[in-house]
Amino acid sequence: MKFAVVRFPGSNCDQDCFHALKEFPGATSEYVWHKDSSLAGFDAVIVPGGFSYGDYLRCGAIARFSPIMKSVKEFAANGGLVIGICNGFQILCESGLLPGALVRNRGLHFICEHVHLRVEQTDTAFTNAAQPGSVLHVPIAHGEGCYFADDATIAKLNAEKRILARYSDADGQVTDRANPNGSRENIAGICNEGRNVFGLMPHPERACDPLLGSIDGRVIFQSILNWSTSPARQAA
Amino acid sequence: MPKPSVLDPQGAATAEAIKHLGYEQIGRVRVGKSIEIELPGEADEAKLHEVARDLLSNPVIEDYTLEVLK
Repeated sequence: MKFAVVRFPGSNCDQDCFHALKEFPGATSEYVWHKDSSLAGFDAVIVPGGFSYGDYLRCGAIARFSPIMKSVKEFAANGGLVIGICNGFQILCESGLLPGALVRNRGLHFICEHVHLRVEQTDTAFTNAAQPGSVLHVPIAHGEGCYFADDATIAKLNAEKRILARYSDADGQVTDRANPNGSRENIAGICNEGRNVFGLMPHPERACDPLLGSIDGRVIFQSILNWSTSPARQAA
Repeated sequence: MPKPSVLDPQGAATAEAIKHLGYEQIGRVRVGKSIEIELPGEADEAKLHEVARDLLSNPVIEDYTLEVLK
């Protein structure tokens, strides 16, 4: 399975993603520059974290106009798997591939720490390797990670089971105290209607190596690999 | 400007700072941004609204007003 890791000026988690994927048998990855316009031959796309275009105007607002984003939209429209992490999530929201927006953390500060995430859905391309209700220990590193969407959108996300991860405590309790940034309903990650585009603020790629204190992030990448190699999915 | 329904912690922090300056009688403070665009010719307002809507603001979280100054 071949992953495209998109690089914008200011991306800084591209190498982390590339490195994390090396540990998975069957996964290869290649960098794709934001000025490229082809995603031919790739099975999945990662829009990594960082500060694309220096976060000018709004996080992700300028990256959305990069040539590669047109291809990412087409790739997604054709059912290709796309995962946006941190700034990548912001870019996917700005691009309209995911609903809502990420705004300044309620405490105003940039937060860099490990948090707990409760996996809300396990029948998706991005979470199928997790046990239902499992809690992942992964880092966040953002200043604008507070997920916002209007009431109708939040209701729709809930009804369609598109909220894939929520900030929780270590026991999986979703509380306001466990919400690091003020996100509505503790939302940490959501998917699109087609369930093939996933955006999340936490960094699973920074939790794939035991040296970094947690390997819980592996479950996300393992899920993607499981999904794409599952014979049932191939037939469907 | 951030929509009224969007949390604006910058506005809240700024309100507190204003009170620290001794100006207690203030209400809610919202922090937005102002963008100046110089136009060599006549303003194409329809186009400017498009730019404001599609790039300069994010309609999910912000409202904008457009003002053409001579």
